[in-house]
Amino acid sequence: MTTSPATVAIDRYRADHEELSRRLAGEAPWLRDLRQQAWAVFQDSGFPTATRGNERWKYTPVGALARTEFGYPFAGPGERIEAERLHHLDPWGPGWTTLFFMDGQFAPHLSFSHITEPGVTVSTLAEAMTREPALVQSHLGRLVDLTLDGFHALNTAFLTDGAVIHIPAGLDVASPIHCAFIASGAAAARSAAVYPRVLAVLGEGARATLVESYIGLAGASCFTDAIVEVSLDRGAKLDHYRLLMESAGSYHVGMTRVRQSAGSSYNATSFARGAALGRHDLHVALDGEGASCDLRGLYVTSGRQHIDHHIDVDHLQPNTRSTQYFKGILAGSSHAVFSGRVLVARGAQKSEAHQTDRNLLLSEGCEIDSKPSLEIYADDVQCTHGATAGSVADEELFYMRARGLDLETATRTLVRGFASEITDAITLAPLRAYLEAWITGSIPELHQGATV
Amino acid sequence: MTQQRVISRTSEDEVASEYKWGFETDIEADIAPKGLNEGIVRLISGKKNEPAWLLEWRLRAYRHWLSLGEHQPTWPMLDYPQIDYQDSHYYAAPASYKNQPNSLEEVDPELLAAFDKLGIPLAEREKLAGVAVDAVFDSVSVHTTFKDTLDKLGIIFCSFSEAAQKHPDLVKKYLGSVVPYTDNFYATLNSAVFSDGSFAYIPKGVKCPVPLMTYFRINAADTGQFERTLIIADEGASVSYLEGCTAPMRKSHQLHAAVVELIALDDAEIKYSTLQNWFPGDKEGRGGVFNFVTKRGKCAGRNSKISWTQVETGSAITWKYPSCILQGDNSVGEFYSVALVNNRQQADTGTKMIHIGKNTRSTIISKGISAGHGNGTYRGQVKIMPGAKNARNFTRCDSLLIGDQCGAHTVPYIEVRNPTARVEHEASTSKVSDDQLFYCLQRGISEEDARHMIINGFCRSIFQELPFEFAVEASQLLKVSLEGAVG
Repeated sequence: MTTSPATVAIDRYRADHEELSRRLAGEAPWLRDLRQQAWAVFQDSGFPTATRGNERWKYTPVGALARTEFGYPFAGPGERIEAERLHHLDPWGPGWTTLFFMDGQFAPHLSFSHITEPGVTVSTLAEAMTREPALVQSHLGRLVDLTLDGFHALNTAFLTDGAVIHIPAGLDVASPIHCAFIASGAAAARSAAVYPRVLAVLGEGARATLVESYIGLAGASCFTDAIVEVSLDRGAKLDHYRLLMESAGSYHVGMTRVRQSAGSSYNATSFARGAALGRHDLHVALDGEGASCDLRGLYVTSGRQHIDHHIDVDHLQPNTRSTQYFKGILAGSSHAVFSGRVLVARGAQKSEAHQTDRNLLLSEGCEIDSKPSLEIYADDVQCTHGATAGSVADEELFYMRARGLDLETATRTLVRGFASEITDAITLAPLRAYLEAWITGSIPELHQGATV
Repeated sequence: MTQQRVISRTSEDEVASEYKWGFETDIEADIAPKGLNEGIVRLISGKKNEPAWLLEWRLRAYRHWLSLGEHQPTWPMLDYPQIDYQDSHYYAAPASYKNQPNSLEEVDPELLAAFDKLGIPLAEREKLAGVAVDAVFDSVSVHTTFKDTLDKLGIIFCSFSEAAQKHPDLVKKYLGSVVPYTDNFYATLNSAVFSDGSFAYIPKGVKCPVPLMTYFRINAADTGQFERTLIIADEGASVSYLEGCTAPMRKSHQLHAAVVELIALDDAEIKYSTLQNWFPGDKEGRGGVFNFVTKRGKCAGRNSKISWTQVETGSAITWKYPSCILQGDNSVGEFYSVALVNNRQQADTGTKMIHIGKNTRSTIISKGISAGHGNGTYRGQVKIMPGAKNARNFTRCDSLLIGDQCGAHTVPYIEVRNPTARVEHEASTSKVSDDQLFYCLQRGISEEDARHMIINGFCRSIFQELPFEFAVEASQLLKVSLEGAVG
């Protein structure tokens, strides 16, 4: 009897889960229960490999991921990585508070805090469990539906460490908080499965900026299964940036779950460039009158990459507002997916929702699947959506070429212009500069094999 | 086969409604026993005196349907019970029609009266309206008007059964070529048990001088209607085809699963317009037609064009996606739709535009109106295949909500695999704006008239696509269907 690769992979997850549970013998009972419950769910559901009848995974096949054996990196990177090596790879800003995780393990020598406000927690989960156990217990896992697909359950089953951010009521934290998850590519951590977890809780009227980055160093080929939970109390405001820059052979599936109380605002900007297969599943629940969210994103794909954005916004209360604005630049034989859904629940009157997805297709062989959908159960609403796909406009090219620019320069300029609509809106100057440089750097690569 | 006399029952008063097409006609019917099995499929085929290959095709479809295990699709946003497919008659025909009548004089006067009541006076329309009508009553085609004119031009317009007898080569060549019997649950069911429908063939270079029309009517109780329509426009031909449907009011649901296949060869053009007004059920959602329809056109030739226009106001449930396969270079597909749901109606409807050929173009304009406790969904797919160089699509979907208990949903699937394509989708959802109402009221227009005016304006771009007589009827239908809906 032969054993299928998928079975081998599952056996490895099982063995690792048992080993981890042994090592975490002293963990809090509720956390242990949560992890065991999640493992039971994962064993039941596995990965969402069936595409037929599975709307959430219709365009993103995860068969290859399910068949590949990834192991929990118990040993960590096995080598010390110095900050200098990361400086040009990850955005840095003077005054940023940073938590670094290397192959799933907290790296204290790279992490530092510039937070001066009293009562603020920015720490690892382990530390928060001793400092604020009640807060962690009352929030961790509360926004995650373990049964939604195997990835939610798997992350929770391997939940060991991560970042906890707690901003008490009324505080405006000046220092941007940066959670960086690095795949070292070190021999000891090759083919590692890592499970980043971030919990952000903002009290009434609190304000903060969160930068979340996933960076793969050369040679890394790992599987990242990440969950971020954000809870915003009345009037709180969070600016959230997410950078997906894993290495070319990596798989990345990330979930962000946001719950907003009345009057709160959540502004998220996401950049996706790296990973062989990358998926971001963002779900925002506008669960208080006057809550609003602004979700933006830019995805740039080339080669044989597959990048998927799955966005859900639930308008559960009246007078809520949401915007989704996503743009994609596709080259090579890459495949991008955007599926955005807006739900306006019965009674959520005077809601306003706008949803846009624009795509630039640069070469033959690339594919975009865009599914912007609206589900509306209240009549006094203003909802719009739009999606476009096409190459660089002929008229625009003509305009530039008539002024003496060659085709390549003209196209590059237009591509940069297309992307700048997202980058220009970033208020965090070091991050904007970093992304602009990175886009400019990507353009020659995008042009290889371009047919326009 | 039992020949059963159907005693006409008094109209079911409990199902009170403003549905004015809900009368029942007292005629003798030749009805197959309830249930679906291979015997029934053979019986239908035998009744129609069909060639062996057609029976074989039906049986293949039936066996495939069995393998699907009565699993109705679950992906639409529709809430309805598992249908008991054994609790329906799959064949019903007016008993006086052992054979198709040769002239109007042979048609049962009861039937003529029924079509008169529906506003389809078969006798006069031939002379006055200039529309060739094929009337389908339950499972059989009753009469086709205007035959002489069409014959002179070589146009074939007859019932599907007649076509299978007289033009088997054409039927064999094209049946299932656009919607194969394996296509989906309901199309498979239809392929096994379809009873009648219309067939049209427009020969090379002929522009059909009159619109062709089929009028569908379900009369017998507990009867499913499964018509099959096949329209072929040969090179350079063009035709405008109209379709209307009604059913009596009944407390139980009636099943309707039709298949329409259109084929346009080089430079041909087919315009297909539907006014769907099957009984929608009463205010509480009792009764009404379950309408599961597969409509698809293939622009097989270069420079061909297929245009779908639909006004959907009836049926308890509508599941329908008239689509275009744009295979020929430079071919054009269009979809114009108004779908209205009121009371407990549900509709999941839209289109698919599959771009295969170069320079293919498609336009989708969809207007959804939801009122009462109705739920309307636009579901559409635009697919640009790798070879569809310079393909273009423009999609516009608007939804109007009337009242706070209804729902309006938009689910587009946009799949682009060619960088030279240009695809645009836009959609909006809102209610009748207070500003517009205020403006009208201020000028002395009653609120009801104002609403009707605004809703008419909302649908204008679709009504413009309808043939004149349909446009007037469509506007009236909207008004009647929305009666009692609160703003």
